[in-house]
Amino acid sequence: MIEATALTKRYGETTAVNELTFTARSGRVTGFLGPNGAGKSTTMRLILGLDTPDAGTVHIDGVAYRQLKDPLRTVGAMLDATWRHPGRGGRDHLRWLAATNGIPDKRVDEVLALVGLTSVGKTRVLQYSLGMQQRLGIAAAMLGDPRVLLFDEPVNGLDPEGMAWIRQLLNSLAAEGRTVFVSSHLLPEMAQTAQDLVVIGRGRLIYQGTMDDFVARTSEHGVRVRTPHADELRAALTGQAEFTEADGAFLVSGLDSDRIGRLAFDAGATLHELSPITGTLEQAYLDLTREAVEFPAAAMQSAVPSSEVAK
Amino acid sequence: MTTATNLLRAERIKLFSTRAPLWCLAIALIAPLGFTVLFFALAGPEIPATVANTQLATGNGRTVLLVLAVLATASEFNWGTMRLTFQAVPSRVPALVAKVAIVSAVGAVLGLVVGFGSWGLASLVQPDADLSLHTAADWRSVLGQSLVFLLTAVAGVGVALLLRSVAFALTAVLVWTQLIEGLMVFIPGVGKHIYQWLPFHAADEFVGTAGFSTGPLQLPPPPLGPWGYLGYFAAISAALFVAGVLVTARRDA
Repeated sequence: MIEATALTKRYGETTAVNELTFTARSGRVTGFLGPNGAGKSTTMRLILGLDTPDAGTVHIDGVAYRQLKDPLRTVGAMLDATWRHPGRGGRDHLRWLAATNGIPDKRVDEVLALVGLTSVGKTRVLQYSLGMQQRLGIAAAMLGDPRVLLFDEPVNGLDPEGMAWIRQLLNSLAAEGRTVFVSSHLLPEMAQTAQDLVVIGRGRLIYQGTMDDFVARTSEHGVRVRTPHADELRAALTGQAEFTEADGAFLVSGLDSDRIGRLAFDAGATLHELSPITGTLEQAYLDLTREAVEFPAAAMQSAVPSSEVAK
Repeated sequence: MTTATNLLRAERIKLFSTRAPLWCLAIALIAPLGFTVLFFALAGPEIPATVANTQLATGNGRTVLLVLAVLATASEFNWGTMRLTFQAVPSRVPALVAKVAIVSAVGAVLGLVVGFGSWGLASLVQPDADLSLHTAADWRSVLGQSLVFLLTAVAGVGVALLLRSVAFALTAVLVWTQLIEGLMVFIPGVGKHIYQWLPFHAADEFVGTAGFSTGPLQLPPPPLGPWGYLGYFAAISAALFVAGVLVTARRDA
């Protein structure tokens, strides 16, 4: 289990992580979602003790990472698959890392086989494809057979086959009772993998809960209605449903399309459009994080003082 | 296995699993030995056949070792393996000590081979000269290379930890050894006095090769004896390493 409590990290004027509190439970895949620049990687580095928080704590099964003896045996992590010397063979890369925590070479060969890199173990990493590098990073995370696994954007740049492989791996690791904490900026990818969700934006917690709850939250939908007889429809809907008008269309909530169609017919309003809006996960995520995007497209030109951005 | 042997093993695997350190070692060996042979085979009276003079070319090996130490350390920051190391060893200091132990052990062995190799080859090239190791100073010239090379490696790791970039650290050590130490002596007035406190001149004073190149410059009498100079060189190397460790242990990786 990973428990972060009021975790805060500032880099100069910028607050990358702001009083972030969340829990990632064992036996579950927890998706860690947020737009680019939301503070996901910083949070990962704080969990692993690579960066020191300005305030707050983060514990792995109740212990701070820096207190762990031979931490690779408790926490496996792939924060960046490019953290390797390109001139070193994949197997040697794993061997030195394993040696630091007293993990035998036998285990190195096991994890190489697990990720399917046995045949290229002696090949220098600079000849690896992106997918192979990603697999090497995952092998490194698996070296100590850890109870807790952290992956930062593990599917970035992978082909569909590689994505499916990682998805299956994450699920089987969680099924073995491990804590699996995976970041992504893509919700659809997470929707297929994670049982729990932690969503952050601008370093703050936006949502923590199960994926199911998140999906339920997003199934709230409205109906879009267009009519040349706006006055008639407005009169008919008033008192029956909530609605807003924009761009010559009504957005109605609280009534389904059947009832709205009947009301419009009774009021003598011709309908040009009557379309239910099914909320998608993606839409819900965008709604949640819209406020929290670090560099929203429209705001790029506006001269926001840096102290404002930092908030 | 204890933590110490684990970390030493990890650093040994790191050092010998890429090509650059092996190339550096080859050059650090061939360059001084080759020059020594040429010096003794071709030189007339301008290079008297003394034990100290068999070590004149060892500075080349020392510089290449410095490059090796910088590459072995700074490249870890460039490639991100330092972060992986700190992920595996969160207290950081033991991993850095293991690195300096391995790199300086390689330096010590290299210094031993370069010191005795240069002396041995010179003896072969000029069999008539008396190059036997009679005095303590003779032994210091030849065997002392091991200590000088060891401390050079420590300094190289320290500079790399402080600068954290291959480009910066290589530039720093090469500009220092190839330009600054050589040119300082030509600054009118104070130059000669500053020069006597430069670290690699101190190393040369210890092994007895300093007088050959700077003798004609008529330096003031050296402020320290050979062992004093070794202590001074050791203090500078250790200070660079300790400063590098303190900075690296505290900052965000």
